[in-house]
Amino acid sequence: MAREFTPKVVTANALLEGDAVWLTENDTWTRNMHEAELITDEAHGDLRLLEAQARADEIAGPYLADAKSGENGPEPTHFREEFRTRGPSNYAHGKQVDLS
Amino acid sequence: MYTYSDFDEAFVRSRVAQFRGQVERRIDGSLTEDEFKPLRLMNGLYLQLHAYMLRVAVPYGTLNPSQMRQLAFIADKWDKGYGHFTTRQNIQYNWPKLQDVPDMLEALADVGMHAIQTSGNTIRNVTADHFAGAAADEVEDPRAIAELLRQWSTDHPEFQFLPRKFKIAVTGAAHDRAVTKAHDIGLRMVRNDAGEPGFEVIVGGGLGRTPMVGKVLRAFLPKADLLPYCEAIVSVYNLLGRRDNKYKARIKITVHENGLEKIQTLVEERFATIRAGFTGFDQDLLTEIETAFAPPAFAEKSIGGYEAARLANPAFRSWTDTNLAAQKNDDYAIVSISIKKHGQTPGDASSDQMRAMADLAEQYGHGELRISHEQNVILPHVHKADLAKVYAALREADLATANIGLASDIIACPGMDYCALATARSIPIAQDIATRFDELKIEHEIGQLKIKISGCINACGHHHVGHIGILGLDRAGVENYQITLGGDGTETTTIGERAGPGFSADEIVPAIERLVTGYLDLRNDVDETFLQTYRRLGLEPFKAILYPTEDKANAA
Repeated sequence: MAREFTPKVVTANALLEGDAVWLTENDTWTRNMHEAELITDEAHGDLRLLEAQARADEIAGPYLADAKSGENGPEPTHFREEFRTRGPSNYAHGKQVDLS
Repeated sequence: MYTYSDFDEAFVRSRVAQFRGQVERRIDGSLTEDEFKPLRLMNGLYLQLHAYMLRVAVPYGTLNPSQMRQLAFIADKWDKGYGHFTTRQNIQYNWPKLQDVPDMLEALADVGMHAIQTSGNTIRNVTADHFAGAAADEVEDPRAIAELLRQWSTDHPEFQFLPRKFKIAVTGAAHDRAVTKAHDIGLRMVRNDAGEPGFEVIVGGGLGRTPMVGKVLRAFLPKADLLPYCEAIVSVYNLLGRRDNKYKARIKITVHENGLEKIQTLVEERFATIRAGFTGFDQDLLTEIETAFAPPAFAEKSIGGYEAARLANPAFRSWTDTNLAAQKNDDYAIVSISIKKHGQTPGDASSDQMRAMADLAEQYGHGELRISHEQNVILPHVHKADLAKVYAALREADLATANIGLASDIIACPGMDYCALATARSIPIAQDIATRFDELKIEHEIGQLKIKISGCINACGHHHVGHIGILGLDRAGVENYQITLGGDGTETTTIGERAGPGFSADEIVPAIERLVTGYLDLRNDVDETFLQTYRRLGLEPFKAILYPTEDKANAA
């Protein structure tokens, strides 16, 4: 039996700053994961990843990351992806300050 | 210290220019990430979790004050005002922007520095004993050898695409502070029975997924044969090393799979073939390099004030007890500046601190600084008469923590706070352990203890050779920390033994506390270190301390 598809977001690192970005429904890259497109269909996910991979001059290393639907939009399900929405824990650097 | 020749200068500048073009082509979209990645890695540029990271080589850990000031300048201008000193004596910047990196490299070239071969499957920055040229127990300063190796390995046409990365460490002292037995090639400068200089050549050591203690490939290699012999080793590895499986590609696996004898035979054959090609130019070059590492002009002045200052100031006395090491010159000391203030990130120094250390090196340290693989900064030549002044200045710069070699002098890799490969965080664990031991005020009572933390199996934090090693893993989507015990990274290199099941992020600090306070009850006397007690008693009593409930369950 095929494994059940869990919801995903397309994420990557921005080309110039190198920070985490997520693909929105409008084909833009956002720095706020809540604004990402939550993908619930496997075939659609594969297609969106292909489209992301074609945008080499905007981002690097796109991949599909597990996510779940939350109050304000998609949320991470794994701690690594959670850290990417926030930044390091030893300094107030990265998105935890840039987005606030 | 060695200063760049016109050749070095031209080479580094041309690399910067090449990389500038590569970055431009990446930004305008003519290079894909797949095409760009090997090019950026050749120049020390990684893409991490939250940003790019630039790893700058500090060859054999040696810096002069103007280089240190330039590192501070780069931190302020293109990063967030600090740098991270690593376990390979390098410095990493965690927040560069892609378009700024060529300018950062240009600024490095201005002071004879670069980021070449700090990544990729090449011969990496050659590391050395951080007390080189100063240690009382030294046979010979290893830095000239390290510099010769740097020149030989930089852009070596045969070795730019090895099966995997390749790390060389050199020590010139009996006590191994350079972890030579955990390197692809470890070189120990020794003398033979006739008193002639040479090397014990160790091969196939390494940590990571498959930790191995290096094996002696040649018990005595005459000094003049170093380059052809190293070239023979790397060349044999280049052909024999596995390219089919990244996890079996390091030379430690090549040696393990083929056996030491076969490697020995192949290396000796290759050595015999290529040796004649080294016509002695390398030895002329070495002689030239050696003059650049001549000892400083030691000052002669009274050290009377030093003892008086020690008696007068208990904080200064405590610092001199932990942070000084024996110098070749009795009137001098080697000062280790702790970059491990309790609760801070191990190895992180602010730009102000870098400038303060540069000033101290200039004023009191014969213009020399070293970065240790234990992520501290060393002033190798300080006259004892100046120590009180150095200490006072370090206090001003918030750099006077008296904890070298103690429980809070923790090695920690960047872990999942920065690193894309990490499986768990290591920095917060290091911060919490150090803070806890500071609260308990027992680390001086505990004595020599090396705690080393890696945030993944690749072991940048050297956890296998920590007296207490901590390995952060992802267990079913939760950070989990495994403890290894009894590791040792010195001349008696030992890989630590796994103590048992891992601990959650909340449990790991109490577990370490239990372990260390438990050791205090187990040791014979105050002079028996944690490692000695472990070697005497073995894993069992420590296991009982770590997993008390299981013990009770077994007894019931």
